[in-house]
Amino acid sequence: MGEEGIDRRDFLKRSSLAGASVAVACGLGFWLHSRSRRPGHELAASRVRNYRVDVGNDLPKMAVVTGGTPEGLAEAALTALGGMQKFVSRGDVVVLKPDIGWDRVPQQAANTNPELVKAVARLCFDAGAKKVIVTDVSCNDARRCFMRSGIAKAGESVGATVLLPEERKFRDYRINGELLTVWPVFTPILEADKIINLPIVKQHNLARATMGMKNWYGILGGRRNQLHQNIDVGIADLATFMRPTLTILDAYRILMTNGPQGGNLDDVKLCKTVVAGVDPVAIDAYGATLLGLRAEQIPYILIGHERGLGNKDYSELQVRYVSLE
Amino acid sequence: MSASNDGVTCAGSAIPGTPAKRKPRRWLRWLRRISQIVFLGLFLILLFQTEFRGTFAQGVTEVIRLDYPVSIFLEMDPLVAFSTAISTHALYGNVIWALVIIAGTLVIGRFFCGWICPLGTLNHFFSSYKPERKGKKRVDANHYKKWMSTKYYLLFALIALSVFTSLQTGILDPIPFLVRSLATSILPGLNFALRSGLDFLYGTNVTWLQGIADAAYRFLGSSILSFKPQYFHFGFLIGAIFLTIAVLNRVITRFWCRGICPLGALLGLLSRFSIFGMEKVDSRCDDCNQCLLHCQGACDPQGKVPWRQAECHLCFNCEAACPQDVIRFKFFPRTEAINPLPDLKRRRALESVAAGVVVLPLLRASTGLAKDYNSGAIRPPGSLEETEFLARCLRCGECMKVCPTNAIQPALFEAGLEGLWTPILKMRIGYCEYTCVLCSQVCPTGAIWKLTEAEKLGRTDAVGAPAGKKGSGPVKIGTAFYDQGRCLPWAMATPCIVCEEFCPTSPKAIWVQAETVLRHDGTTVTVQRPRVDVDRCVGCGICEHVCPVQDRPAVYVTNIGETRSRSNQIRLESGAYH
Repeated sequence: MGEEGIDRRDFLKRSSLAGASVAVACGLGFWLHSRSRRPGHELAASRVRNYRVDVGNDLPKMAVVTGGTPEGLAEAALTALGGMQKFVSRGDVVVLKPDIGWDRVPQQAANTNPELVKAVARLCFDAGAKKVIVTDVSCNDARRCFMRSGIAKAGESVGATVLLPEERKFRDYRINGELLTVWPVFTPILEADKIINLPIVKQHNLARATMGMKNWYGILGGRRNQLHQNIDVGIADLATFMRPTLTILDAYRILMTNGPQGGNLDDVKLCKTVVAGVDPVAIDAYGATLLGLRAEQIPYILIGHERGLGNKDYSELQVRYVSLE
Repeated sequence: MSASNDGVTCAGSAIPGTPAKRKPRRWLRWLRRISQIVFLGLFLILLFQTEFRGTFAQGVTEVIRLDYPVSIFLEMDPLVAFSTAISTHALYGNVIWALVIIAGTLVIGRFFCGWICPLGTLNHFFSSYKPERKGKKRVDANHYKKWMSTKYYLLFALIALSVFTSLQTGILDPIPFLVRSLATSILPGLNFALRSGLDFLYGTNVTWLQGIADAAYRFLGSSILSFKPQYFHFGFLIGAIFLTIAVLNRVITRFWCRGICPLGALLGLLSRFSIFGMEKVDSRCDDCNQCLLHCQGACDPQGKVPWRQAECHLCFNCEAACPQDVIRFKFFPRTEAINPLPDLKRRRALESVAAGVVVLPLLRASTGLAKDYNSGAIRPPGSLEETEFLARCLRCGECMKVCPTNAIQPALFEAGLEGLWTPILKMRIGYCEYTCVLCSQVCPTGAIWKLTEAEKLGRTDAVGAPAGKKGSGPVKIGTAFYDQGRCLPWAMATPCIVCEEFCPTSPKAIWVQAETVLRHDGTTVTVQRPRVDVDRCVGCGICEHVCPVQDRPAVYVTNIGETRSRSNQIRLESGAYH
């Protein structure tokens, strides 16, 4: 080789380096090319959310208790149903799902009564629950709702874990409903052994009444504002997805007008009633009567009845009526 | 460069008549450093506390307030006091605390800049931490330069504007500047980054990684992490300006403090008669320039030239660095070697005042304020009438930081050029929480006047309701309107009325009427069609916020009907002549 040329060793070294970099670049390029997919949604988790327990046929399926304090009402209702230990076992993680939707104080009856939540949480602990979680996905600013409803303090005062809804803890779940297929759900609610629905009775212009079945809106994130377009099927779908251990309907104070958030004490009626039981449809059917409605006037109760989620004719169940006065 | 090498230098030689040398005094510098860290920490803690996080120890309550005086740094800012006093002829609320700094400066000089100012501390850090410019270059950079008098002229122009009730000082006043930059850009950015990382950990579904994420959320959730991520209208611009100022420190030591800061300028002027200052024993100076190497204010601490009192931050670096005991800070220093006045030209000063005076008519003769007022400039509840508002608003961003729904946003040009970065509500981002008055609690200058819940809701039965103002009604920030061509029950024969469900007034301002309407296939359906009761609507915007027609909502709020304005009204009963 002349002076212009390079030696063989140098030639081999440099050309193999160049060749190797071409190989790496092409390899990486083709690998990335093979990965190219049109971006889509991940598959959502699916599981039937059935938290019911077998309570047998000896005890009443539903209790209607009137008179006294929210705390007394809760205790009497559970006693009538055979005691909380029928529903909550030792070591259970129990989620209480009150309505904490609105930035309102208890007297305004837009959220579940805090004394009732507190009493139920205590009953769960007494029955041996390892952990009691109190949570909801609020409509107004959650911090204000949890505080001004009095529920955060009520829950914490008996040792319950009060969880504010955090965006990061929502996951897509298959609701597998007629209308609701996949929807983001606040996961801590689903990761429980037992779930107790703790709704309040309120007038609602579109659904006519909001009680237990509608209260499951509060497990959802995402575009909840679209649900109104077919509200009855949506409510029924959620009630099909969520089968609670127990429903305890707060009718201590009920909201007769300007629901579901009221704001005016004139909207509120003192009713001093708690309805508890294992049949969510029957309980909503009873709750409707407190607002002066019949179950038949509320389409989602009819759909729930047809789907076999419960019995709208609560009088056909064993109902225990208790008066504390 | 005024540090001369001519003349006789008598390095270190004991000359009869000069005071005896002593050990360099370094503890003052340490004290200053501790003070800077403490005040920066306090500033950040109070900024982090400018958020209602839900103190559940408190039970049911009608009243929600923040526990700390979160705006105190703004309220003790002398430029806030000075400029609002000029624009409003009064001192609002806690702004009286500015007297502490003013009195201190009158007595001992610009200690605020070197010891307290959180932006000054950040600039100090960025300037001095592992500086690129070292030795002679840095010494040269730390000599006083003529451009450093720019801050005085900026101050004069801004004050001239204030005279005509347009408060623009907050754009450059360091405390509002820093609060705004951190609250609307830097912290939301940090939040985004932190959340992305932590949510990635949480999303792995590995229990111990999720545990780390949960613990980090718990730990940071009381400080840097806000409850929800916040987003701000063109926040990027605000952050970019802040970062530019921070980076400029690397080129010119404390560029902002020396050249731009109108508060520094004001304090420089206030230090004119201070009784504390520097005394130099020129004869001992051997021109080692150690003092200049560490100088923060560019106040000419070196020997044989007069000390520039108005520029000095009282950082005490020079005294600690001087190997020859030339520099001593003391009370009642000899005045001969002090230059007590800033380096000002009468002509430039008059020109800058004239500039400020000229700007206002140009601003006010533009459309926006008197004519063609932007319907989207929805001010927070409690805001004063627009000209009064512009005389007070610092654009500090406190209201934007505290707003629980993120509705309050920095305006770009929605409120005119004069209203740059003033707060406006954007209902697609948030809405005005019906019973919340936190923005009025944190506003340092009363642009958003203090408001109780009872006043906001117009309830005369509630605790704290104004006596003798029966029937004054709720505070309205605007009025909602329907775009029937986009509304589901109106245009698409589909049930909806989410707006009605969320309407917070009782009775509801949104009322519905059941109507049987035709569908595309000829069948009929009964839907409830929503309408607004203009007298009940408070303009909170929750209807617009929850409307499922998300991109351009079928119900939207404009600022007409806002309580603060006498003229921006629809209804005769609520208008100017009522």
